Amino acid sequence: MTQTLKKILASLVTAVAIPMATFAQGATQAVTPTINNGNTAWMLMATILVLLMTIPGLALFYGGLVRQKNVLSIIMQCLVCVAVISILWIAFGYSWVFGTGFKESGGLLSFFIGGFDKVFLNGVTPSSLTTPANIPEIVFVLFQCMFAVITPALIIGAFAERIRFSGFLLFTILWSIIVYNPMAHFVWGGGWLQQMGAIDFAGGTVVHINAGVSALIMAIMLGKRSDYKPGKPISPHNITFVFMGAAFLWLGWFGFNAGSGLAADGLDANAFLVTHLATCVAAVTWMIIDWMTNRKPTTVGVCTGAVAGLVAITPAAGSVGVLGAIFIGMITAVVCFCMVAYIKPKMGYDDSLDAFGVHGIGGIIGSILTGVFATKAITGGAQGALYGDWHQLGVQLIATGFAIVYSAVITYILFKIVDKIIGIRVAPREEEEGVDVYEHGESAYC
Amino acid sequence: MKKLEAIIRKSRFEDVKEALLTADIEWFSYYDVRGQGKMRQARIYRGVCYDTSCIERTLINVVVRDKNVDKTITAIQKAAQTGEIGDGRIFVIPVEDAVRIRTGERGDKSLYDEENK
Repeated sequence: MTQTLKKILASLVTAVAIPMATFAQGATQAVTPTINNGNTAWMLMATILVLLMTIPGLALFYGGLVRQKNVLSIIMQCLVCVAVISILWIAFGYSWVFGTGFKESGGLLSFFIGGFDKVFLNGVTPSSLTTPANIPEIVFVLFQCMFAVITPALIIGAFAERIRFSGFLLFTILWSIIVYNPMAHFVWGGGWLQQMGAIDFAGGTVVHINAGVSALIMAIMLGKRSDYKPGKPISPHNITFVFMGAAFLWLGWFGFNAGSGLAADGLDANAFLVTHLATCVAAVTWMIIDWMTNRKPTTVGVCTGAVAGLVAITPAAGSVGVLGAIFIGMITAVVCFCMVAYIKPKMGYDDSLDAFGVHGIGGIIGSILTGVFATKAITGGAQGALYGDWHQLGVQLIATGFAIVYSAVITYILFKIVDKIIGIRVAPREEEEGVDVYEHGESAYC
Repeated sequence: MKKLEAIIRKSRFEDVKEALLTADIEWFSYYDVRGQGKMRQARIYRGVCYDTSCIERTLINVVVRDKNVDKTITAIQKAAQTGEIGDGRIFVIPVEDAVRIRTGERGDKSLYDEENK
């Protein structure tokens, strides 16, 4: 009886309250924006997709490419990246990148980071919105968190099979703080590259060039795996994993790119389209090159081509159309293939899983080609060299060059520091018998 | 005819393979093997630590004519050596007979091709 009464009362209250609330909203609409449910639903979804890229996507992709004695070390590194970087991001990473505390005060620190005003998400409530998409700021924090997570995880491919877990952990934490956060602030958080007009829709400079160049430095500094000989690849232990990882990356990348407009609208639909198209073109191009040069189209080849295409279209997804997507996919596959098949063996460094060859080079090409193929039809303003505007290409070159130099220099310094404090490379015996057992006390298949 | 069973470090396999090919040993089979030894390695499962003495090595099986035994042994030994404990062993085992299934040839003849002996 009381239950029914309560129900009736409750429905009465809502019946009265709803029109009142609507009225109140109508009165203050000009001042307080209301939450956009459609955008929010899509952004929650996109956030999940981006997490899928790191676990299990990257973990499987990289895990399949190493030998079976080292697969757990890769999985652990991806897994721990997610956990540790997420904590750092919520503790202060978000504030450093997107905070505005230093905007007025100025000074040297304000050049690198946004501020300390949002440390531990101070002031971010369920009702605070990120404009203009009008999604809850909490969703924005989480979406960006997944980007902060995957970026250091990409570097894992360069030092696979020979890094100490403790060294990796310290390096990754420091790298995220000193390389990722400032870079993300420059490009996305209102820093100088953003003010200059650099286009980086979903992370070509911040994520891929940044991680790829650091990967190259790490691979060179750490030295070759003891049994690696340039030009003689060490064969992957499980290509089925490589395929599953690539598939998860492809799938997740739709959240990565089509989510980066923070809205469920036409621009994001276009990002979805060009992401898919460029990836398909890159995968097919890689297959054809493989077929022509080695007489056989390979599974690992198509997976690698697809990932290269995904990387390259990332900065361009919000500014190119179908034409740009096709050319970006094609050019990237050709250049990345030459990089990993011919140039890497010649140079002699051991980038175990081609983190630089695919992410670094793919990112650099994508970032520069954005300045070529950007079209007014998509961006509404800026356009590329193909359409007669050379200014954007110049801006893209500056952003790309800066990202390369910044991450290379800081990574070099961080390597020296971490190597001094705890040592980065495993002992020869551990490397020979597998880091899984020595570093983690486990073995994947027995 | 002798059968050589060589237990070697996994990391030396590529070098041993090269060495055997340079010594004109054209075919052999190999396996991933696990053995017991003095070395202990801690494993951990959900907070519980336990010891295994599991040691992973590669086992190479190759059957050669008597005249090739020494050069094969030298090739494997040189390529598999690191100087550390755990480099492995080579066992030499007499083989009574062999048959080439395709032709029915027996003995030494079944081990090599006539044209490029």
